[in-house]
Amino acid sequence: MITQIPLVYYLALAAALFCIGSFGALSRRNAIAVLMGIELMLNAVNINLVAFWRYGAADPLVDQAGIVFALFVITLAAAEAAIGLALIIAIYRSRDTVNVEEINLLKW
Amino acid sequence: MDVSTIIAQLLFFLVAALTLTAAFLTVLARNVFHAALALVGTFFGVAAIYLMLEAEFLAIVQILIYIGAIAVLILFAVMLTRGLMQHDQISFNHQWAWVALVVGTLFLGMFILILQVPWLQSGAAVTADTVPSLGQQLMTTYLLPFEVVSVLLLATLVGAFIIARE
Amino acid sequence: MVQNFTLFIPLLPFLAFAIIVLLTRNNNRLSALVAILSIVAALMLSYGVFLEALSEGAELAANPFYGAPIAWMPFGGMTINFGWYVDPIGAAMLFMVPTVCLMIFIYSTAYMRHNHVDEHGHPHAEDDPRYARFFAYISLFTAMMLLLVVSSNLLQFFIAWEVMGFCSYALIGFWSFRGRKEHHIDDAQVGRARGAAIKAFLTTRVGDILFMTGMILLLITLGSLDFNKMYDPAAMNNMLAGLAQPLPGVEWPVVIALLIFGGTIAKSAQFPLHIWLPDAMEGPTPVSALIHAATMVSAGIFLIIRAYPLLEFAQQTSGPAMQIVAFVGAFTALFAATIGLAQNDIKRVLAFSTISQLGYMLAALGIGAFVSGSFHLLTHAFFKALLFLGAGAVIHSIGTNDMFKMGGLIRKMPITGITFFVGAFALMGIFPLSGFWSKDEILLDAMREGFYPHAGMSQDLFLQIIYLMLAIAAFLTALYTGRQLFLTFLGKPRDQAAYDHAHESPVAMWAPLAVLATFTVFLGFWNTPFAPAFFHFVGEGGFMGLPPFEHSEFDPIALTNMLVSTGIALSGFAVAWGLYGFRPIQAGQPDPLARLGFVWKILVNKYWLDELYGYKINLDGTAQPGLLIRLVGAFMRLCAWFDRNVVDGLVNLAGWLSRILARLWGWVDTHIVDGLVNATASVTGEIAEWWRTMQTGNVQNYALMAMVGAMAIAILFLLRSFT
Repeated sequence: MITQIPLVYYLALAAALFCIGSFGALSRRNAIAVLMGIELMLNAVNINLVAFWRYGAADPLVDQAGIVFALFVITLAAAEAAIGLALIIAIYRSRDTVNVEEINLLKW
Repeated sequence: MDVSTIIAQLLFFLVAALTLTAAFLTVLARNVFHAALALVGTFFGVAAIYLMLEAEFLAIVQILIYIGAIAVLILFAVMLTRGLMQHDQISFNHQWAWVALVVGTLFLGMFILILQVPWLQSGAAVTADTVPSLGQQLMTTYLLPFEVVSVLLLATLVGAFIIARE
Repeated sequence: MVQNFTLFIPLLPFLAFAIIVLLTRNNNRLSALVAILSIVAALMLSYGVFLEALSEGAELAANPFYGAPIAWMPFGGMTINFGWYVDPIGAAMLFMVPTVCLMIFIYSTAYMRHNHVDEHGHPHAEDDPRYARFFAYISLFTAMMLLLVVSSNLLQFFIAWEVMGFCSYALIGFWSFRGRKEHHIDDAQVGRARGAAIKAFLTTRVGDILFMTGMILLLITLGSLDFNKMYDPAAMNNMLAGLAQPLPGVEWPVVIALLIFGGTIAKSAQFPLHIWLPDAMEGPTPVSALIHAATMVSAGIFLIIRAYPLLEFAQQTSGPAMQIVAFVGAFTALFAATIGLAQNDIKRVLAFSTISQLGYMLAALGIGAFVSGSFHLLTHAFFKALLFLGAGAVIHSIGTNDMFKMGGLIRKMPITGITFFVGAFALMGIFPLSGFWSKDEILLDAMREGFYPHAGMSQDLFLQIIYLMLAIAAFLTALYTGRQLFLTFLGKPRDQAAYDHAHESPVAMWAPLAVLATFTVFLGFWNTPFAPAFFHFVGEGGFMGLPPFEHSEFDPIALTNMLVSTGIALSGFAVAWGLYGFRPIQAGQPDPLARLGFVWKILVNKYWLDELYGYKINLDGTAQPGLLIRLVGAFMRLCAWFDRNVVDGLVNLAGWLSRILARLWGWVDTHIVDGLVNATASVTGEIAEWWRTMQTGNVQNYALMAMVGAMAIAILFLLRSFT
């Protein structure tokens, strides 16, 4: 498979996924949907990491930094999701909304 | 271009198309629940991409953590906040057009950039199973980051509990 | 090793002072007892030190008892210590001061009880209303004199000196409190005492300032005030080399020596600052004895003794310091003796004789007769204390100071009279009393140096003049002392009431007189020309780094001098007899010497010096400042007028102008400066109003901007890497 699919394909896919995720994170009103956009962005990054590991490492067995890094990103994503959702629940309890536009306390 | 190449590339495009479609659905779906389901689809697609990149362990982790844990967590959150996002409400904020412009520009720029760089065409062959050596490296070379991440998870656990508590 | 307890000698009377002031001030007998016990203890201790010093002999001069255990004022590179320094002359002072003070203390217990005749005609005695306080003061006075004698450095010396100044003020003005009519102290006496106290304090203050200035300069130039290392030859030469000359052609040593001598001039009542001392007679008589014999005025002489090496150094290197001292002393001796002739107050005669005798001592020190001057200091203390106490007994007995109201008192007061005669003959210099030996020694030194120079040296005119002045003073001394004797104790009573009232003093008063008379008779044999034991003790070891003093053997010159001075004294006494004794003065008869006319007027008015620059205290208690003081006062009033009218006017004008200017500036400030400031503020505010809308509070908004920013940075990097 490696020899038949160029690296560019993966990179293009990752870029597209990243941009879609960014769009979701920046334009959705629902806080949960924003979080989902961020997850998409993280996945795009992970695709990049793994692709570069596979194509870049001299010996993929010995040098597994890309994989390890992706693992850490997944872990952090899980942590981020847990905290983010906890925050959303907390805000929902206190303000009765998950609309990001209404959560604008840091205002002039 | 031989047959296996064609098949492999077709397979890649199929998976990529599925992933991107699911991603678009995730972002665009008016109903957050639907969006969450589409997210699960996206995660599956990414797991498939990992498989194609011969990162089997990561593919399994992707399914276990993202779909088994994160996606389910998100579904729970959606259900806890249910009834707020009605169908008739606008699901995008007022800057969405600007975002679309910026993100489109970003994609175009990155795409052009990717095409212009002479990338490596192929990586070295994987001769053996990557999982044992991965495990070994996690316990030796990457022990410190590994432990740090463990502590981070613990802190997250406690933090999430405290924040979400009544 | 009594010397290690030297500092306890001044401490004991000081403790008595503290105890009386703090605890026993309401009990007169107990206060007197405390004071006397403390002085007895101090006396025993100081006799111990004195005997130990005697056993050391002339060795003591090279290795004085010295200890400075209390680091008292550390500053800069040096430390001023609190300690003791006892050399032979200090030891001799330790013999003299407590002895005389003890006698005065015992005497005071009786003297401070006043005799009255109550309304029923019964005589009765009553304590002075401030009896306990009196003993507190004289204890402090004695303590400070003793501290001064044992001081290990000049600053410690100066402190004792200054406290003595205060004590003399307090004691001279002891009767300067009102409402004491029931104690027979009238308003005139209150006024006189008050004026005299202030006069004494202020006059001595002049000298104290000079002394302090000299001491500071000494500290700067010598680098030490410690007697043990002060007159180090290297440091002394440094005085010449170290600093620039104060005036062209004048060197520091002579300036410093004369400044310190200024302290002595005031404290020991030398011309021209002697004016305080006659008025100081307003104090109780024991105080006069204390001031004039044992403490205050001796302190001034003792200062010159301590500064003697400096004087000699100054004389040798930079100027006639010692000659000035000698001349001031000799002039004062003569000058005060002439005034003494014309005084009618029994104590004032003694006061002027004190001034005169102090002049003798200074003249002796000034001509280099160190040992003679020191010895005269000792003997004079005894016989002058004796004379004062005797005069006090007379005053106490008949209640007046005026000699023209006395006469024939020896029949009523035999013991007082005889002891007074002893003291008076000693003062005149009659063989073989102590005054004869000590005064004779001074005259001998002056005569030998002046008229019989060493081989190869010419006769010294200066010393001849000094000798002549001293000799004339000796004649006058004999004359006024004889006058005093004839007017007071001999002749016929001129005031019968007072005479009838007179009686012999109680034992507490005549016993001290007897003791002092004994010392007066025998002390002189300590230093006769035949057997100069005092010289061997004090002079043979040198003094504070000076080489040993020379002493000539007994020779015809000494014999000549003895005969000459005896002749002078006897002729003075004979003249007195001719004037006052041959035909005793009757009541109402004027003084025979009044025939001198204008000269007599000058003498009676003490050369009008009080009117010139002093402070004249009248008999009725009022006082007039002297001409100089009035001139200064007028000048000050002129300055005050100038200050009020001219300087204040200028100041007010400046203030008015400032206010006008301030108004102007105020307008500029409120309208132009404030306007600018306000404009800046409002512009800033407007801009801020507009810019603050950027802060939407919308997280996604911020994130979008962050993304745009990141893209911009990425584009920047890309552009850089492509070019």
